[in-house]
Order: sequence, then structure tokens, then C-alpha cells
Amino acid sequence: MDTKPIPADPGFWADSWHQLKRNRAAMAGLLIIACFALLAIFAPLLAPHNPLEQVIAARMSPPLSSGHLLGTDDLGRDMLSRLIYGGRLSLIIGIISVSISLILGISLGIVAGYFGGWLDKVIMRVIDIMLAFPYILLTIVIVAILGPSLMNAMVAIGISQMPRYARVLRASVMAEREQDYVMAERALGTSNFELMFRTILPNALAPTIVQATLGVGEAILSSAGLSFLGLGAQPPTPEWGLMIASSKQFITSAWWIVTLPGIAILLAVLGFNLLGDGLRDILDPRLRD
Amino acid sequence: MISNELLKIDALCVSFNTQRGKVRAVRNLSLGIAEGETLALVGESGCGKSVTAHAITRLIPMPPGLIESGSIHFRGSNLLSFSEKQMRAIRGSRISMIFQEPMTSLNPVFTIGAQIAEVFLAHSKMSKQNAHTKAVELLKLVKIPDPEKRAKSYPHQLSGGMRQRAMIAMALASPNPGLMIADEPTTALDVTIQAQVLRLLAELKERVGMGLLLITHDMGVVAETADRVAVMYAGRKVEDAPVEEIFTNPRHPYTLGLLGCQPSAPANRGAPRLTSIGGSVPDLLTLGEGCPFENRCNRALPVCRENFPSAAAAGSAHTYYCHNPEAPQTEERRS
Repeated sequence: MDTKPIPADPGFWADSWHQLKRNRAAMAGLLIIACFALLAIFAPLLAPHNPLEQVIAARMSPPLSSGHLLGTDDLGRDMLSRLIYGGRLSLIIGIISVSISLILGISLGIVAGYFGGWLDKVIMRVIDIMLAFPYILLTIVIVAILGPSLMNAMVAIGISQMPRYARVLRASVMAEREQDYVMAERALGTSNFELMFRTILPNALAPTIVQATLGVGEAILSSAGLSFLGLGAQPPTPEWGLMIASSKQFITSAWWIVTLPGIAILLAVLGFNLLGDGLRDILDPRLRD
Repeated sequence: MISNELLKIDALCVSFNTQRGKVRAVRNLSLGIAEGETLALVGESGCGKSVTAHAITRLIPMPPGLIESGSIHFRGSNLLSFSEKQMRAIRGSRISMIFQEPMTSLNPVFTIGAQIAEVFLAHSKMSKQNAHTKAVELLKLVKIPDPEKRAKSYPHQLSGGMRQRAMIAMALASPNPGLMIADEPTTALDVTIQAQVLRLLAELKERVGMGLLLITHDMGVVAETADRVAVMYAGRKVEDAPVEEIFTNPRHPYTLGLLGCQPSAPANRGAPRLTSIGGSVPDLLTLGEGCPFENRCNRALPVCRENFPSAAAAGSAHTYYCHNPEAPQTEERRS
């Protein structure tokens, strides 16, 4: 033993990555997300046309027509370019909405789980009330109050998704709070704030990360839904849900205008769900072998 | 009585409110530790040893716990009157603790080097680099081989003995440790490692010049490390004496019983088998005002049920609480 150097330290996260690499579904999800991410980051370089540029002469060109790989829409805008820019928007929406709900959910969940008592009861009852509303209804109500815009849609999705993170984190914080190392660190003079965010949070975060990954996919889907209803992105923004809504009357005459954004939404959500399920298998100690 | 007193607990009462009623975990407990002294707090599980330790550092969860009365003076100031903020400055700085379970008492997501460095950073101003260097020095001090590399290890990569050493290193990371509380530091370790860890603790205590409150149920551990022994039973202190007095001249029947449970203890010499104390620990919920050991004691008198005896002295530093104590051992009988 002594002659061998101590192996480079894998640690929890490095070990999890190693396991993730063996999970095919999760890697497929990660690949899809990576493709969308690359398209999003390099959208100006990869999009063949300006997504807002209207060429009325070339309107409703089918896929594979000259200069338009995926055809054009009813106003002659290049579908491929609009899908790429729409992907950029969807990723941003997913990440911002989930960030909003993570900030809210983690703060509430950790406070409820750590302090317990009446504070926990108040927070959890408010969350129970929020969960009593159907998710999409709650989102619509919040957007209706704030006014229809993309930013408000993200805030609404963030608020509606918050309860699940608060609940999941509260449960793991409550389990972690009773661990000996928390008492040991308290005995070293650590303050409540540090105990919550530096000691307990890193140990309690894994299930929340799983939820957040699944949440990004759901946020993309919800924002597409809100935009479809006219409560999210406004024309002429190239947003997938909005693209479906504004071209739904062409479903029989020009199928690609409606179908392609739908497929894009499907792929993006699928990617996040595959990754999320894979992460759940790995990060949930009960499913870990 | 004790000059240069480091810690003085006076008439401490701690209770817990449970669904079944109030559990009086520590009753009227008085203890003293001098600077540089090792006091062993001995007793079986649930007798209030750990509650006492947690009361000193004010780590008892309140509610359900409650320190009902008494005082805990540390170097002259009453810890029970301190604010939570003042306590935080004491914990890990003047009073540090080592816990029973080295397997679970270290944070699994940080390297042990980082965890030790954190204590330095919390209690004194220094650079991260400097804190890390000092952490490695401490790991060397507690005799962890290859400390530079081990500092980068996570707790799960270390053995039990190694982790307990890391815990001790963390407890030593305070700027001026006055008192170390070791709550069953060797219970979770196997016997060969136990001796090493105890020797290390004793050595470090001498080196740093701190007082040690050693909580244990193992009389072997007591004999090896303690200067003085306080025996607890069901929340009460029943006997308090220098270590050699406890082993050679125990006056409380419970102390004698504890010694009898120990292989090769003096009280057991020549006896064919280990003795045990009949019966079981009384329910703290229903315990009356009498001596808690009365129902298991073979020397019990009717008065034992009525009230708890007041302190009786057997020599300058030896007190016991018993209506019908064991006969004192004469010099001839001791040898």
C-alpha cells in the first residue's frame, strides 16, 4: 500500500461523472443538449439567413428548396435560421426560469428544512397551496398579472416550478441536518448561515440537481405553451411555441412550418429528460449500486 | 478545593421534553476540571455523559432540551449566560470537541485538509495558503502518514483510526485550546487503534497544556488516561475521586459494580468470571427523588428510596453519594 501513490482523488462528483459516462440514455441526452448548446452559442455563424428577414417571393418554400435547407415560412423567413435562433431562446428561457426557481426553492427549502418548527410549517403550507393549483394554470395566472412578455413568462415559470425544489431540498436538508458532521462543525463554532449553505447544502443538493435538469426541459415546454397562447414571446421573435401558433392554419398546406418547431421542442425536452433520468439513477443513493 | 480551575459545573440540571413527559437527563451535577487535568466521566449509555458534554458547549437542541438550572463556569465566566454569538467564538476556539463516530463526523464532500483549514480561517485571520500549511502540520502532529497527500483525501478514503486522528487534528486547530471534550473517542475504533489514539490524546494534552474531559464507559480507557474520575448513573454523579482511588477504594456500590464488569480490573482479581450488575437502568421518566441505583443495589436501605444522599467525603479529593457505602479499603487489603 505504502509503495503505491495515493490515487488521484475521485471525489463524489468525479465518480458520478464516471458513472454517467456508462449510462447510454443519459449520454444521448447530453449529446442532444450539447448540439443545441453549440447551435445556440454559434447561432450568428451557423444560421444561413437573418431569422427576421422576409422574402415574400420565396414564401412557403418546402424543405430542400434552393438556399433554404428546411424551407421558409408563410412570410418567406428561413426556417432553419429561425429554428436555430429559437433554440438559443429556448435554452436561455430554460436556464433563466430554472435559475429563478432554484434561487427561490433553495432558499425556502433550506430554511424550512434547517430550522424546522413554525417557520417550516408556514413555508410548507404556502408551498402546498401553490401545488394545489394546476401548474400551467398557476403560470398563466402569474403571466396574466405581470402582463404577457417573454421575461414575465420566465418569471411565471420560475415561480410555478419553485415548490418542487423547495420540497425536495427540504427533505434532503432534514436528513442531512441530523448527521454527526453537522453537530461536529457546530461544535467548531460554525454559524447557522455557514452550516446551511457551506456544510449542508453541498451534501443535500444532488436530488435537487436531478429535479433542475428535468425542470429545464419542462420550462422549455411551458414557455412554448405560453407563447403558443400568446402569453410569452411576441411576434416576430423566433420562438418555437410562437412559430407553431402563428402557422397552425398551414398544417395541411405547408406541414413543415408547424412540424419542424414541434420536433425541435420534442428533441430539446427529450434531451433534458434523458439526462435528468440518468442523473437520478446516479445521484440517488438508493438507486446507486 | 481545586486550584487554577478551568471548568466548574455547579448544580447543573438538564431535561428533555418528550411526548411521554419530561426526561431529567442530568440532575444536580457538579464537576470541576483544573487546568491541564484529565477528568474521565464514566457511566453506562444514557446516563447523561454526552448531555453534559453538549451542555458545556451549549449544543443541546432547545427545544426539546432545556438547561433548567445550574452554572457552567469556564475560566471564570458563566457559559450559560453567553449569547449564541459569544458561544460560537468559544466553540472550536477555547473548547473543542471530538465525537464518537469518526465515520460520520467529517463532512463527506470536503477534503480533510480543507476542513481543518476551515477551522483556522474561522477563528484567526490568515491566508488560505497559510491555513492549509498549518492543516498539514496538524495532520503530521497527529501522526497521519504522508500528511501532504492525506490532506487532499476525502473522509471516505481514510480508515476509522485515520479519521479519528483527523478529527483530533480539527479539534486542535483552535488558536488556544483550553479544554478538549472527547465524547467516547475510541468507542468506534478497534482495540489496537484505541490504544494509539489514547496515547496520542494524552501526548497532545501534555504538549498543548489543555484540560481534557474524557467521556467513556470503558474503565480500561479511564485507567490509562485519566487523572480523576467522575462516575455518573441515571443523570446523577455518584462518585468523584482521583483515578487510583476509584480503582483501589471505590465507595459507591455502582462504581464497584462497574469495576467488576471489567476484565482484569482490581476488583475482579481472582474471581473466576466477570460479574455483571443485575437489573437495568431505571426509566428516567419515572425516576423519583431517591437514589436511582436503589433498585439494582445489593446494599440498598429503605432510606435509599426516600432521598438522594448528600455528598460524603472520603479523603481530600474523594466524594461519594451513598447512604450505605462500601467499606473503605485499608492499605493492607489494597495490596
